[in-house]
Amino acid sequence: MQADKIVVKNLDLKIEREHILKNINCSIPEKKITVILGPSGCGKTTLLKSMNRLTDLYSKKIISGAIELNGINIYNGISDINDVRRKMGLLSQRPAPLPMSIYKNVTYGLRISGRRSKKFLKLRVEHYLKQANLWEEVKDRLNTPASSLSIGQQQRLCLARGLAVDPEIILADEPTSALDPLSSKAIEDKFVELKNHYTIILVTHALRQARRIADYIIFMYLGEIIEQGDATEFFTHPKNELTKAYLRGSFN
Amino acid sequence: MLMRATCGIIILVMGLILFTIFRKGLPVLNWQILTSVPKGGYYFGGEGGILNAILGSLYLAIGSTILSLIISLPSALFLNIHLKKHQKLQNTIRLFIDVLWGIPSVVYGAFAFTIMIYFGFRASLMAGIVTVTLFISPIMIRGMDEALKTIPNTLLEAAYSLGSTKYETAYRVFLRQAMPGIATAILLSFGRAIGDAASVLFTTGFTDNIPKSLTQPAATLPLSIFFQLSSPIPEVQQRAYAAAIVLTVIILLISITGRAISFRYSKNDIK
Repeated sequence: MQADKIVVKNLDLKIEREHILKNINCSIPEKKITVILGPSGCGKTTLLKSMNRLTDLYSKKIISGAIELNGINIYNGISDINDVRRKMGLLSQRPAPLPMSIYKNVTYGLRISGRRSKKFLKLRVEHYLKQANLWEEVKDRLNTPASSLSIGQQQRLCLARGLAVDPEIILADEPTSALDPLSSKAIEDKFVELKNHYTIILVTHALRQARRIADYIIFMYLGEIIEQGDATEFFTHPKNELTKAYLRGSFN
Repeated sequence: MLMRATCGIIILVMGLILFTIFRKGLPVLNWQILTSVPKGGYYFGGEGGILNAILGSLYLAIGSTILSLIISLPSALFLNIHLKKHQKLQNTIRLFIDVLWGIPSVVYGAFAFTIMIYFGFRASLMAGIVTVTLFISPIMIRGMDEALKTIPNTLLEAAYSLGSTKYETAYRVFLRQAMPGIATAILLSFGRAIGDAASVLFTTGFTDNIPKSLTQPAATLPLSIFFQLSSPIPEVQQRAYAAAIVLTVIILLISITGRAISFRYSKNDIK
């Protein structure tokens, strides 16, 4: 039995009158790839964002329940949300590089936590860009703007930037949806490699992607968790009728 | 077609204004006008120049732009980062600032003047700077606000997920991303500050001397133009146009440098 990194308990979230997440209970196993699967608009992204409290940015929201990270409720009883956020790197649907050079993008997280030694930063940049398979492409132009990179490269830069703050968890919100097949493959392969060190939570609506890399599946529909469990089990012996329909592709 | 016509009309009017100023002002524009203060009988065609007004205007506009920047930048960032999830409050504040923007500058001048009378202050450079700051701040805040508003949510989320505080998000990420818009807002405000006559009429006064401290009154170019234009003597009227050339050139120079600076900083922008 493996340890659970994140446990979500009775999470309920409403924005204005819309009930986005309905009584969510799930647990995310440590150092595995957990895929949150489901059709568009089922609350997958919201669930992901509630894990590092980016939901704080939503106006008119009512939230109840708890999300425990390493056993501590991040909605109650933590003093600094930034410490929590630093433990999680986020990859968004479209890459969001910061408006600065490639080099500074990677060092941003380190610099705001007070690491300033040039030598240290330089080594880290090389290390993390290599981890994200971007080093060879950008090593000669580290000081050019991040916006000059292609979308696929930007997404890998965002991965490097996220890894550089030394997180425990990687949150990925359909990170490959804006990418070409080759860049997507690169990101997927990277995830499989990274799961030895990080807990990865991936939101996707691509069934094939889930089949390829998932260890654990959380299947959502209309704000509820329909089924969750081990990936092989989920794909070979789905229990719920909705799941079976979704896997057959006869779903609307 | 309509767009072309309207564009053409604007360029034509601008050209006409510039043409008039330069045709009337250029013949009398000389080194003496730029480098000396009015001597006795200047407004009746005597010797002298408008250095008092040039320096007065520059002091006033630079002072108030800096003061306004100190107020406006944090306000605009606060509005767009801290109040992100309070959209109602955000919009109410925007509405108020828009109303403040719409109030004519002479009202700001009158308002400041009543306060000055209450405390027994005399017209001075300081009073002028404060008044002009009050009336250019709404322009600056809303200009910056418009630039900051266009920043996509994903950038905010990216900054937060890296563990940035609101302060770091504001000054390390948002400021950079919105730099060109922010520079434009500053330039716009500077232009309004240096070009406005009504707000400084009561508060800054007018003098033929160069102000040596913040408590002394100061001359300004728009008022200098006004006083010279009201003279019945044609030569003095012509000098008003020379002063207008100076004002135009100052604004032009500031705009060009400002644009160059913002261009330099915008190369990192995420499109």
